[in-house]
Amino acid sequence: MGDNENSQATEKLKVGMYWAASCGGCDIALLEIGPHLLDLIQIADVVFWPCAADFKYQHVADYPDGYIDVCFFNGAIRTSEQEELARLLRKKSKSLISFGECAIDGGIPSLANLKTVEGIFDASYHNTPSIDNPDGVEPQPITLVEQGELEIPVFYQQVLRLKDIVQVDYEIPGCPPQGDRVWEAIVAVTGGAVPLTNSAVKVACFDKSVCDECPLEKKLEKIKEFKRPHEVRPEPDWCLLEQGIVCMGPATRSGCGALCIKGGLPCRGCYGPSGTVEDQGTAMVSTIASLLDATTEDRAKELIDQIVDPVGTFYRFSMASSHMKTAR
Amino acid sequence: MTQEVATQTEQVVPDHWEPKIIGFLCYWCSYTGADGAGTARMKYAPNVDIIKLMCSGRIDPELITTAFANGADGVLVAGCHIGDCHYMEGNHKTMARMPLLRKILDELGIEPERFRHEWISAAEGAKFAQVVTEVSESVRKLGPLNWPQMLKDRGVGHGMDLKPWGE
Repeated sequence: MGDNENSQATEKLKVGMYWAASCGGCDIALLEIGPHLLDLIQIADVVFWPCAADFKYQHVADYPDGYIDVCFFNGAIRTSEQEELARLLRKKSKSLISFGECAIDGGIPSLANLKTVEGIFDASYHNTPSIDNPDGVEPQPITLVEQGELEIPVFYQQVLRLKDIVQVDYEIPGCPPQGDRVWEAIVAVTGGAVPLTNSAVKVACFDKSVCDECPLEKKLEKIKEFKRPHEVRPEPDWCLLEQGIVCMGPATRSGCGALCIKGGLPCRGCYGPSGTVEDQGTAMVSTIASLLDATTEDRAKELIDQIVDPVGTFYRFSMASSHMKTAR
Repeated sequence: MTQEVATQTEQVVPDHWEPKIIGFLCYWCSYTGADGAGTARMKYAPNVDIIKLMCSGRIDPELITTAFANGADGVLVAGCHIGDCHYMEGNHKTMARMPLLRKILDELGIEPERFRHEWISAAEGAKFAQVVTEVSESVRKLGPLNWPQMLKDRGVGHGMDLKPWGE
């Protein structure tokens, strides 16, 4: 892989990738393009990729503005470091692409928006059985030591999306995005089939819901009881939702090819809200409620009480993109 | 580079603050009921802005979160009684959606009093007047919700406006 100091092939595209509040799975998902990785290296030089190559932030800061042609950004924004890097990479990149659900909709990290910062710190540094912290120390943005001031990034009040901070050109949804779709998107963006700049256009996915790709059959039956995936072996070839297993398919963007459902598990909603839906969670409320086998209010409430953790399930990947965005 | 964490400011209730409540009413029963309350010149709180829909089954939960997220202090949803729906079972969907949505709103920290769901028939103008008065009083006690300001304070939309790294 090229180094910025001895890169000879100047006509090659320059590609960067950065991780913010994410698990690192997106960096691995980029490798899922498989043998196409060699094709990618043929046409592009990596100029920044903390997960795989040793570039420092200073290298990026020294690049001229717009030096990076395509920059993939995965992860949500939780700390000041991530925000500074988002702004830096926006300045240095011609095309900034949100890669994966965390950067687009907040993803799993944004479920932390349901808790306060105090609650998170309490669980992380005080009241967990495995924590040994007799002095009750918490990380401080600035610590005074003999040698001077030590600084660490500030922890924000809530998780933000990349597009809450900077303008984004394209978005590749998924947790993680599917390799084949990613390669198609890379070819489209790097090959000049689409302009480098755009306004947060979703690529490598479709507008319709996962149900559109789902091979299971709907029998138009109502939900009589909710079950969790580990409690039951679902009947084959029958819509999981109708069997009482909460499946996020109806509210979720397609593009994955209904992978989880083909593997016998319900959709978890990782491609975010579908094209016609703004708020994945309330869309799911609407869907599930209209499928209940209930003719009285009491029966409806009884069925609803069987759904475990509705907020965490319906907004599993899109809390920061929902209407409310956070809990109070 | 240092940056203070934006702390949530103490909520100050403005002097002439009036609760802003969005009322989603179905056309056939509840809106006619509200109309009846007006025709009969009943007195009720003026805080509900009514949005008329053809059926309470049309009230997508998305509409309710949109109202809260855009600055409503409370939301009232009213439709025909179960069994009276003009479209046979439109309100059966409302019947199941509202309790499920309430669970979600509870977890998001919106007090249950801010969200009211009632069945009001075309003949129940008095009930409409009473519900509206009750809901605006309970929201008045709770004070403003002001969700947009809270999101703004927390940096949604612009982050903390930090400069790029290295500058």
